[in-house]
Amino acid sequence: MSSIGTGYDLSASTFSPDGRVFQVEYAMKAVENSSTAIGIRCKDGVVFGVEKLVLSKLYEEGSNKRIFNIDRHIGMAVAGLLADARSLAEVAREESSNFRSNYGHDIPLKHLSDRVAMYVHAYTLYSAVRPFGCSFILGSYDKDDGPQLYMVDPSGISYGYWGCAIGKAKQAAKTEIEKLQMKDMTCRELVKEVAKIIYIVHDEVKDKAFELELSWVGEVTNGRHELVPKDVREEAEKYAKDSLEEEDDSDEDNM
Amino acid sequence: MEKHCTDSRVKGVSTGTTILAAIFDGGVVIGSDSRASMGGEYVSSKTINKVIQVHDRIFCCMAGSLADAQAVIKSAKFHLSFHSVQMESPPQVIAAASVLKDLCYKNKDELQAGFLTAGWDKKNGPQVYVVSLGGMLISQQVTIGGSGSTYIYGYVDAKYKPNMTKEECLQFATNALALAMGRDNVSGGVAHLVVITEKGVEHVVVPGDKLPKFHDE
Repeated sequence: MSSIGTGYDLSASTFSPDGRVFQVEYAMKAVENSSTAIGIRCKDGVVFGVEKLVLSKLYEEGSNKRIFNIDRHIGMAVAGLLADARSLAEVAREESSNFRSNYGHDIPLKHLSDRVAMYVHAYTLYSAVRPFGCSFILGSYDKDDGPQLYMVDPSGISYGYWGCAIGKAKQAAKTEIEKLQMKDMTCRELVKEVAKIIYIVHDEVKDKAFELELSWVGEVTNGRHELVPKDVREEAEKYAKDSLEEEDDSDEDNM
Repeated sequence: MEKHCTDSRVKGVSTGTTILAAIFDGGVVIGSDSRASMGGEYVSSKTINKVIQVHDRIFCCMAGSLADAQAVIKSAKFHLSFHSVQMESPPQVIAAASVLKDLCYKNKDELQAGFLTAGWDKKNGPQVYVVSLGGMLISQQVTIGGSGSTYIYGYVDAKYKPNMTKEECLQFATNALALAMGRDNVSGGVAHLVVITEKGVEHVVVPGDKLPKFHDE
């Protein structure tokens, strides 16, 4: 699967003979090594779910969050190098804040996504810096424009989505997401499905403990991006665990 | 709004002026007189247009030093046009007002210009904003400005009603401008009015002899 650049991959300012910039591709591999994050857009909001792997029992619960608040109405879920992601979250926050200061209203998500994508792209042009090793999903809700979801990858392109996944189990997650009728669901229904998808794609063998981070923004939160409240999260995790057990049971029956 | 000062500190040609803007049901009317004077003694222009279009559905009225106001509006117009192309949608009225406010506030030591901004946008419908000389930005239903405005505060307070029809609002605005022009020596000429709604923009010019006449005229 991996191709060796041999000489054309030493800096982001070099193309290979077949027209690839290897450094950017390697940055995308860094994202693929990270645990999964998904974002899904429904009828009245956006829900984020992140499989946060817990590497040691000594970690404080809730540390190293992978979901950030960019502005009151915008949330960001990340995958890849967490330090790079934090730096980009700060960039996104400054963009939103400057926009509000200049124009007096909330920044539209597409515009923010374009601006941060341009910033990420700038780091793919020079040999003096390396590309950012993270992808992120931005989501927001506005009562006039509705829910919006955008993803930015290390190459600096931003895509608009109804549902998207980044990280190691993104293929499996995408398959699960495609099964959902998200356009007809509300946030409350979707939160449970997102939890279920994270539980499904989590690899019990390779990665042991994980924390599920869930956040949402939509009509249910009046347009503010927030971590999902404790009772909703517990209900969602219960639903996820119960669904997995059911599937296990049905597998046994078939045997 | 601040009174226009006529002492020699004022730079060059200034707009002793009357400007107003008012929201009606479904749109907004913005208007001004057309006199530019120097120091209250000489009318340098009888037909100047103080209502400037900064975007498809957003107009501004200038007050204060004409040179400063024109320079600020020129910069704001460019900025707004660029912003609108980047956003891929018409700018919100608050965005236009914020751009003007930034220019006035950050350069308050050098500038002497204030604005009324009125327009229509999809998100919030018809709106009117006032940017004062020092760079304060507030939103109002109806507002008047310039030296002539002092003579019509009573009229505006008494006669403005929210949710008027377009015709009622036009009549209200014309009357207000006429009354101000009748008493303020540095306001006069024709009444320029612009009606902005979702459907489009309509310019109405009322020449001096067609302005409403009151009991002593």
